[in-house]
Amino acid sequence: MSTTVLDVRELRTHLVTRWGTIKAVDGLSFTVDEGETLGLVGESGSGKSMTCLSIVRLAPRPAAREAGGRVLLDGDDLLAKSAREMQQIRGRRVAMILQDPMSSLNPVFSVGMQMREPVASYHGLRGRALQEKAAALLAAVRIPAPAERLRAYPHQMSGGMRQRVVGAMAIAAPPRLLIADEPTTSLDLTIQAQYLNLLKELQQQHRFAMIFVTHNLGIVARMCDRVAVMYAGRIVEIGAVRTLFTAPRHPYTQALLASVPRLGAKQEQLTAIDGQPPDLATLGAGCAFAPRCAHVMERCRVEAPPETAVGAGHQMRCWLSAR
Amino acid sequence: MATRVLGGPDSPDAGAALGGVGGHVVARPRRMKWPYVPLGIIAVFVLAGALAPFLSLPDPQAQSLRTKLRPPVWEERGSWANPLGTDRLGRDMLARMVWGSRVSLAAGVVTVLLASAFGAAVGLVAGYYGGRVDGALMRMTDATLSFPIILLALILAVTVGPSFTNVVLAIAVILWARYARVIRGQVLTLMELDFIAQARIAGAGGWRIITRHLLPNTFNTLVVLVTLQIGYVIIVEASLSFLGAGIPPPTPAWGSMIAEGRDFVTSAWWVSFLPGIAILLVVLAFNLLGDWLRDTLDPKLRQL
Repeated sequence: MSTTVLDVRELRTHLVTRWGTIKAVDGLSFTVDEGETLGLVGESGSGKSMTCLSIVRLAPRPAAREAGGRVLLDGDDLLAKSAREMQQIRGRRVAMILQDPMSSLNPVFSVGMQMREPVASYHGLRGRALQEKAAALLAAVRIPAPAERLRAYPHQMSGGMRQRVVGAMAIAAPPRLLIADEPTTSLDLTIQAQYLNLLKELQQQHRFAMIFVTHNLGIVARMCDRVAVMYAGRIVEIGAVRTLFTAPRHPYTQALLASVPRLGAKQEQLTAIDGQPPDLATLGAGCAFAPRCAHVMERCRVEAPPETAVGAGHQMRCWLSAR
Repeated sequence: MATRVLGGPDSPDAGAALGGVGGHVVARPRRMKWPYVPLGIIAVFVLAGALAPFLSLPDPQAQSLRTKLRPPVWEERGSWANPLGTDRLGRDMLARMVWGSRVSLAAGVVTVLLASAFGAAVGLVAGYYGGRVDGALMRMTDATLSFPIILLALILAVTVGPSFTNVVLAIAVILWARYARVIRGQVLTLMELDFIAQARIAGAGGWRIITRHLLPNTFNTLVVLVTLQIGYVIIVEASLSFLGAGIPPPTPAWGSMIAEGRDFVTSAWWVSFLPGIAILLVVLAFNLLGDWLRDTLDPKLRQL
């Protein structure tokens, strides 16, 4: 039995806006073990990124409010930490890779200058040793000629290369938890595959837990051990990738999987899910998916379903499970 | 560096696409042609001002009524004793203009440095913290921008008395607001970029993000703005001196020299005209230099 690195319990983040309070993250619970990857999928606006930001307490201020729950990293509640303590935790125990490699490095400093900071603060190195450690990190993310690349500026590198540099900075510490928020979305396909392999390798080496946010179900199948499907700020179904992909139970997961085109299938049009994702500001009491659900019942419209186990390590929020 | 795919990740455009922050001079070698003329003019005035005590010029404050209003050397009654003539009190025009360049340049540089340091700090803080901090600081900026510099300087001159320090303060107290506005705007765009989020995730605090990430990325703008505003400040200082609210006599200042000569422009044109030309040249040189810097550092700043 491997150890649990991240244990999120009933996490709630609310956005206070002029149009009312939006429950962007609404009672989320999940765990991620050492060396395990949890996929987080869902439509835009379902709260995936907000969940990630809430974990590291960087949800956009002043709109975002931490409205409750606990985020336990190796047993420490991050929501109870002071701002100063959080700064120590970020970059050391939790690292994050963001979506856009074009803007994720500071354009006015060379790569070496930017890598120096995390490496120096964590390893306490300086001078030549610092330079060598930074080069070693670049080599670890497969950047050719790392010593020369340290002198390069971000605009002299390709998107894939920059994203590798971000990866190198993320493992400088090495972290207990790595959050990857759609890290390959803006890379082209061959580079995507390389980058995903690289992340996997780094994970095997350092045994960090990983949360992998994506729209791409193909990537989930390849990268993740477990997957959580989010809808309107909640996890509607969570389970092992294999179970969820072969026997999805929640109507939303079923619809999501049905919308993925399959190679060889003779299909003129892609299956789409009818309707629009709900407006989180005007959400009623019932199940958020009810208006678009093919199996909707009377009960769905008045009462939100609780989380129920439907198999080993497989939970969902749907009244269908009661049958 | 030799061959580049247009718009590719290696091209200079890619740097510029990052919110106009990646302007590296190295990336456009053909732009490296130096603006010799403006630099030359500025160098002449700076050297003249700096070396004024060693130039074996006549004392700029020594009066000699017997040689008053002597024309420049190329005029009929001119003499090599006063190559650019003398003023109403017989003081040497050349010496006064050389010493005057000290005042003008010092006022320009000191004022702009003060204003830009304060303004940039306000802009960075407002843009970074946003919300109420931003609201309060920007209302302060708006209020400042609505106040005429000349009026404030006149008030200061009347109440505290005219002096170099008061002129510098009066201009700087208003001028910072422009820097605050421009820098805040740029910080707002920078804040949207992932490297700021990435820095936060790496555990950087507010101070570190402002000094290490935001300030260096606004530096190009600051340099351009500073250069362009030096010329503006020199004009304002000269206007104040002209109005008698600037550098008090007998310290030679270009603005007050123009003022002293205006009663006899018809008979002795050089007393007003020559310091006017000096102002024109210096301001023009700084503006040209500013334009060149703007184009060289970052083509995205064209609207400044």
